[in-house]
Amino acid sequence: MGMTVVEKILARASGHATVAPGDLIVANADTVVLIDPSFYPGIWREILKLDDPRKIVVVFDHRVPAPDRTVAGMHAIGRDFVARFGIDRFFDVGYDQGISHVIVAERGYALPGTVLVCSDSHTGSGGAFNCAARGVGAPDLVYAAATGQTWFELCPTIRYELHGCLRPGVVTKDLFLWLAQTFGDHSDHNIEFGGPALATLGMDARRTLSTMGTELNAEFSVFEPDDVLLNYIRERNPAPFEAQYPDADATYAERRDLDLATIEPLVALPDRIIRNAVPVSQAAGERIHQAFIGSCANGNLDDLAAAARVVAGRRVAPGVRFLVTPGSQAIYRQAVAAGYIGVLVNAGAVVTNATCGACGGGHMGVLGPNETCITASTRNYKGRMGDPSARIYMASPATVAASAIAGTITHAGEFLQQGAVT
Amino acid sequence: MISGRVWKFGDNISTDLMLPGPALALVEKEQMRWVFQANRPGWVDEVRPGDIVIGGRSYGIGSGRPAARSMRNLGIGCLIADSINRLFFRNCVGYGLIALSCPGVSAAFEEGQIAEVSVAARTVRNQTTGQTLSINPIPERLAKLMLSGGIYPLLEREGFIAPLVA
Repeated sequence: MGMTVVEKILARASGHATVAPGDLIVANADTVVLIDPSFYPGIWREILKLDDPRKIVVVFDHRVPAPDRTVAGMHAIGRDFVARFGIDRFFDVGYDQGISHVIVAERGYALPGTVLVCSDSHTGSGGAFNCAARGVGAPDLVYAAATGQTWFELCPTIRYELHGCLRPGVVTKDLFLWLAQTFGDHSDHNIEFGGPALATLGMDARRTLSTMGTELNAEFSVFEPDDVLLNYIRERNPAPFEAQYPDADATYAERRDLDLATIEPLVALPDRIIRNAVPVSQAAGERIHQAFIGSCANGNLDDLAAAARVVAGRRVAPGVRFLVTPGSQAIYRQAVAAGYIGVLVNAGAVVTNATCGACGGGHMGVLGPNETCITASTRNYKGRMGDPSARIYMASPATVAASAIAGTITHAGEFLQQGAVT
Repeated sequence: MISGRVWKFGDNISTDLMLPGPALALVEKEQMRWVFQANRPGWVDEVRPGDIVIGGRSYGIGSGRPAARSMRNLGIGCLIADSINRLFFRNCVGYGLIALSCPGVSAAFEEGQIAEVSVAARTVRNQTTGQTLSINPIPERLAKLMLSGGIYPLLEREGFIAPLVA
């Protein structure tokens, strides 16, 4: 019987000829990523033995640079850990700083066909690279770092066959919102993306989808390999790998054909994402206090470019705080070189250093009582970005940028059609 | 057999609701004071050890933060939901919170009723209505970890991590 992408990766990682939904397997973890919250004094358990320091990646991303003394102490614990075990792949505040899932992408650490774990829920981001990547929480992360192993209970897979091409101004964030609206949650299922339209989606676009798979409540969200993906990895990481293609007779819980040309810009209403999205026009006019573009899902170069196109030659509306947080310092530098940062800053955006920042309500743009925010990040949950009474809408970077200019939730088409010069 | 008073919560209960971001910096025993502060202020003062939390679909969706540990520290007898987010479930196993998937459980209980749960027989019974539902199976190895305090005691015994200094 044939296997899906995830089944093939996990069969290999667990030393089985085949695996199937329902199986509980123990798999070798090829890459284990620790982030700064792993070292919170209230969470960290001191590891005495590591399976292999070369499998470890340590990234400080959630709260950088340290905004308070507690965090400064947590960073110190992390640096001690790195020094004690001689971990080479360490990303501290500075030139190499960034969000762990973005760093994993840029460095090609999520090798196709391998298993990658991190405590963070958006680790599924690495699925864009044909990697069985998953957030596992602190206890399983420590277990994987110490023993080199982790466990998975195999889920059935839903296959999305992508056709056509997204229309101008529509991005995979809109596609994600459409999936959440149309099909609801994907609990206890993997998602596999493939089909002829893959070639039209760059790696940034794919990574938005794989990252947001977490918000569909999916187990893994993986992409079938193609030349775009394989070349991206080979340019970044010389390590050998074996990409996994689905078998022709793989068994899927369901196959769904999607025509990308039918997708339109959507916005999720506050407090939840699943079955809570409407066309932007239906939320238009809602006054906002803050607009945010950033996170592991939408802090990519494509996202900053989309925002710059919308705001070029314009000014952020009075009373609106427009915050832009690149996913990594490397993206920041590329955006400077491309002129996007200049355009954003001249429009009145505040561009921060790379960090998870406002997405998690940790720092760099925390919401106050009864404020309204529109965000291109990962979550609109109650209390997520600050005060629990704040209302968080979620949309694409272009929609967020247009809303920052208008001061109310606004369709970006209105700005792009007016022919602004970038 | 676990028997306890039921508290009901709806669909998509996120880990942000159980452990808000600002509480992450606190020490373990202070974190549990923040559970459901945003959606049900004061609940942590009403809930008693042994009570049972019943949720809807996708319970525990969201961040991988140790929200399960706060629920365990509040003394929740067990958590039952129509479906449980798999990362949250991993943390339930890892931190030793008994968490059970049981499609239909949310509709079968009113708040304040008594639930009787048998992990071994995989059943949950509403003491008031008599309705009995079956719990989805949990692989034996995971159930054993979940019922015996989670992963850290195991790693400690095997010398992989240092004991906690209280």
